[in-house]
This record gives sequence, C-alpha cells and structure tokens, in this order.
Amino acid sequence: MIFVINENRPVAKEVFRMVLRAAIANEEVRLRPGQFVNIAVEGCYLRRPISVCDWDARTQTLTLLYKTVGTGTRALARCVPGTSLDLLTGLGNGYTPVEARRPALLGGGVGTPPLYFLAKELAGAGQKPVAVLGFNTKDEMFYHEEFATLCDVIVTTADGSYGQKGFVTDALPGLAYDALYVCGPEPMLQAVFAQARALPAGHAQFSFERRMGCGFGACMVCSCKTTAGYKRICKDGPILTKEEILWT
Amino acid sequence: MDLSVTLSGLKLQNPVIPASGCFGFGQEYLPYYDINMLGSFSFKGTTLAPRFGNELPRVAECAAGMLNSVGLQNPGIEKVIAEELPRLRAHFHQPLIANISGFSIEEYTACCKKMAACEQVGLVELNISCPNVHGGGLAFGADAHSAAAVTAACKKVCAKPLYVKLSPNVTDIAEIACACEAAGADGLSLINTLLGMRLDLKTRKPILANGMGGLSGPAVFPVALRMVWQTYQRVKIPIIGMGGVACARDVIEMMLAGAAAVQVGATNLVNPMVCKEIIEDLPGVMKELGILRLQEIVGAAH
Ligand SMILES: Cc1cc2nc3c(=O)[nH]c(=O)nc-3n(C[C@H](O)[C@H](O)[C@H](O)COP(=O)(O)OP(=O)(O)OC[C@H]3O[C@@H](n4cnc5c(N)ncnc54)[C@H](O)[C@@H]3O)c2cc1C
Ligand SMILES: Cc1cc2nc3c(=O)[nH]c(=O)nc-3n(C[C@H](O)[C@H](O)[C@H](O)COP(=O)(O)O)c2cc1C
Ligand code: FES
Repeated sequence: MIFVINENRPVAKEVFRMVLRAAIANEEVRLRPGQFVNIAVEGCYLRRPISVCDWDARTQTLTLLYKTVGTGTRALARCVPGTSLDLLTGLGNGYTPVEARRPALLGGGVGTPPLYFLAKELAGAGQKPVAVLGFNTKDEMFYHEEFATLCDVIVTTADGSYGQKGFVTDALPGLAYDALYVCGPEPMLQAVFAQARALPAGHAQFSFERRMGCGFGACMVCSCKTTAGYKRICKDGPILTKEEILWT
Repeated sequence: MDLSVTLSGLKLQNPVIPASGCFGFGQEYLPYYDINMLGSFSFKGTTLAPRFGNELPRVAECAAGMLNSVGLQNPGIEKVIAEELPRLRAHFHQPLIANISGFSIEEYTACCKKMAACEQVGLVELNISCPNVHGGGLAFGADAHSAAAVTAACKKVCAKPLYVKLSPNVTDIAEIACACEAAGADGLSLINTLLGMRLDLKTRKPILANGMGGLSGPAVFPVALRMVWQTYQRVKIPIIGMGGVACARDVIEMMLAGAAAVQVGATNLVNPMVCKEIIEDLPGVMKELGILRLQEIVGAAH
C-alpha cells in the first residue's frame, strides 16, 4: 500500500516521528496496537519493520516513531514530506486486550510506540491504564506528554535526568496492575517476565523483535521456539504471552 | 499470445513459479493475490522428520540481495501431506512442485516416493544443494558421483518427473548436471543460493548465527544466467532457471539462455505481488520483443 509522508521530524535524540497518509483511502485497512508495517526503503533490499504508533482509519493517517540506528532508518530520516513510501500493513498478531482495571504498559526506548496506540484503545474501552516509559536519559525521552493525554504516566531514566531514576522494572512493584503489556529491549522483557508470574494466563503480553526477511510469514527466518511449538515472530507474533515464552 | 510452457510433459499456463523456501506452502500469499494464476509453485523444502533449522539470526542483507541460513525448517513430510496439501486444494489447482531434501539416500527416496504419490504434485524437485545444513543437501550436490547416486535411487521410486536442484557452489555445474541426466533425471533446477557471509562491525562477528548463509536476490542473476547457459549447452533435459529473477524481462532473459520455466525466490519476500506482476507484464514485453509463443524462445540465445 502506498503512503505519502506528511511529516517527518525528530522528537528526541535520534528518534523521528513520521506521519503518513494512505495515497488511496482504503476503509478496509484495520490496524491493531502491537502490529507493525514493513517499509520498502530506497537503497535497501529488505524492508524495515516499524510498529504502528497510531492509526486513524477515518483520516487514513499512520504515525510511526523510529530510531535511526543504521542504513535503513537513516535513509527514512532523510525522506521529505511529499515522498511516497511502499508499506506492507497490518502485519503481526498485535496485542489482545484483556479485561482489566489497571493495565500497566511498559515501554523501553523505541519500544514505547506501539503502547501509545494500545493506551488509546484501552482508555477508549473504559480501562485506566498506567504507562511506564523508560529511557536512558532525558535527551532520549519522547511521547510522555502524548501518553499523558490518554493515561497516567511514569517516566524512568537510567541516569535520573528525568522522572524516577532507574529502570521500568524498578517502578513496577509500586503499581497495583492486573495486566501487563510490554515492549522494549530483550533484557527488559526478561526482567519484567520475572515479575509477571502471578498474573492470570494471557494477562502478560510481550512484544519481540527479530531480524526479518519478509515480515508476513513466508520465509521462516524469524521463527522461535515457544511452549506452543515454533512461532514466526512476524506472523504468529510479535506479541507472545508469558505462557508461550520459554524463559524460566 | 501464448505464455504456456511444458516441463517433461507437464503443461503449465505460464513459466512463472515461486521458488522453494520463499513461498511457504502458499497460505501467506492468499491475502495478496489469487495464486492460482501461477504456472506452479515449489513449496518449502520438506524432509522426512520435522526440522526447526538453525539458530537465529538467520537473515542478513546485502546490496541487491539477502543471505539466509534457515536450514530447512519444515513440519515434516507427514504433516505436509496431511495438512498443507489439503489446505492448498481450495486455492491452487495447478500442478505443484514438491521440493524435498534429506540427509541420506534412504531419506531422499522415502520422501520422493511419498510426494510423487500425491495427486496435487506435478513434479518432484530434489534439493541436493542446500548450503545451510551439514551432512545433507549440499553433501550430495557437491560432486558428480553422489549427485548421480541420489538421482538414480530416487528415479527408481519416483512416479512423477524428477528434477534435481543444483548448487552454484561448485567448480563446474554442467558436469554435475550431466551426471544427473545420465542417472535418469527428467530435468534440472538451478541455481540454489551462493554461499556468502556478512560481519557485524560492532561485534566483529558474523551476523548469521550459522556464520555463513545462502545469497540470493538480484545480486546473483548474472551468475545464475551464466550457469543456465552453460548447462543448456551440455544437457538435453529441461532446465528450470532461477536466481535473482525480479521482473518479466529477467524471465525472458533466463528463457533465452535456456530455461524452460523460471522460478522467483527472494523477490517474493520483498514484494509479495511480484509473481502476479510478472505474469501480467509478460504479454506486453513479449509484444514489444515480437514473441508470440514463449515456449519458442527457450535457448534462443545459443
Ligand atoms: C516487529 C518490530 C517492530 C519494530 N518497531 C520499531 C519501532 O516502532 N521503532 C523503531 O525505532 N524500531 C522498531 N523496530 C526495530 C527496527 O526494525 C530496526 O531498528 C530497523 O530495522 C533497523 O534498520 P537499519 O537499516 O537502520 O539498521 P541496520 O543495522 O543497517 O539493518 C540491517 C538489517 O538488520 C535488521 N535489523 C537491525 N536491527 C533490527 C532490530 N532491532 N529488529 C529487527 N531487525 C533489525 C534490519 O531490518 C536490516 O534488515 C521494530 C522491529 C520489529 C521486528
Ligand atoms: C529464505 C529462503 C529459503 C530457501 N529455502 C529453500 C528450500 O527449502 N529448498 C530449496 O531448494 N531452496 C531454497 N531456497 C533457495 C531458492 O529456492 C532459490 O533457489 C534461490 O534463492 C535463488 O533464487 P532467488 O535469487 O530468486 O532467491 C531458499 C531461499 C531463500 C531466500
Ligand atoms: S520474516 Fe519471513 S517468516 Fe517471519
């Protein structure tokens, strides 16, 4: 599907926000929180997977937040408004919202984008989510204000330059949560996993990242072992529940 | 305008065939287009027992291509026959290419026999060229003697045309092609991936957990074309050409070099619609080049 860039600018150190609009409106496109798009980037053979940070079906507007880490994301950062991009949309399973009073949304660095869309959906359904957003330093922090329009927000920074000093998991014990949605670097996922045991089945959901070939389930390069057999992170994931994960 | 081609008596509506490992068992492409428009497709390399394959990461990128080290992940032949083929029946009515692999001659023959017995299977493609598994695949495809031995053994039990898929990671691919022909192969598929490598500059280690992987995509097209050309000059049996094919013009070029049909691999992964686009573009390109029947241009460059 072709999208046209409306806006593409930095929101923090090495983090960009890109807002795109479908070139041809397609009411059938349904994007869910936790799903991702796979972007064809000029000069790169493989597409680049980026989580859906927001999708407004009415205005056909897609928001992405991405960090410039290599060739592809740096090329994206150079795209000017008006540029067309070819995206595969609606990829992955997405989070499965569960009944909860106080869901906690835990995001680390550029793991926070999909949680914004989720916070919107959960708040819209009458739940009272709390977002815990972890960054290394204040310079790298983004979107805490946008989250604050939807739900309670706690920011942690590793160096203490903003909010609570420490990691996302340090803030967790103080919260009376009854569901967890997590996205961030793998060590963070593991640390949260260790604290999530007591939650009922399906109430702790983790988003995984793996290098991808296709992003839609055809090539098997992203396949991981789970308690329910092999799962393709791109198609059967990227969201796995605590029950499916093989960590101990 | 006639796009149809024939492979060992098997008539295909057009020469465009997604390559093994890049099209799963078809299901993932259903949201993108009606796959029944394909000439055929070669499904994921299947072995007797289920396999997980290699550790991750098992993909890396390069200029105009990619490396993979999947290592033949598949659910095993019983599940493929009991679940994947019936699931496909509702969506795909063309003859299928059954891509099989093994770690011993016995495993190859057992898979071959089972697949050839499936009604949906039009021909069996023997993968003796997977660079990503030890002791299997390439171990049989790396020299003429073992390639001939596995071909002869499979030919005995295979009730359908038997195509042998060759590796480019050899000194003289045509020599191995000749040995397979002499051993009874009905046709050849070439090329599988080229062994390659990428390093991560920060860790100073290979990106692929397996160290090396198979290179494919447009980067390999000239190598593949050259190998189809050389092989065509030495054998009489049909060749399915592949390696880097990305558009209708590439299909024509492969056929001119000697391919009776053409497979498309990696390009499906970055553009899931590519085979549909190629099939739709072919008539226009044929018209421009004054080609009425595609079948007539096979080997026309020689
Ligand atoms: C499901 C999913 C959702 C993601 N969502 C976001 C997001 O919302 N915002 C964001 O900033 N990043 C996100 N990422 C990570 C993002 O895909 C990578 O940072 C990006 O692919 C790097 O590309 P590059 O060319 O800049 O880096 P390079 O290192 O030059 O890329 C080389 C190759 O490695 C792959 N690669 C490198 N890092 C990663 C990674 N962490 N995960 C997967 N593949 C990688 C690239 O896709 C490419 O194929 C997500 C990853 C996945 C799998
Ligand atoms: C991800 C991936 C998986 C593959 N798996 C198989 C396989 O299971 N069996 C096989 O015979 N070839 C396999 N191949 C090789 C392709 O079928 C094809 O021979 C090769 O990629 C060259 O074509 P291309 O350049 O169009 O990709 C695989 C290739 C890729 C990229
Ligand atoms: S990236 Fe191809 S199957 Fe997941």
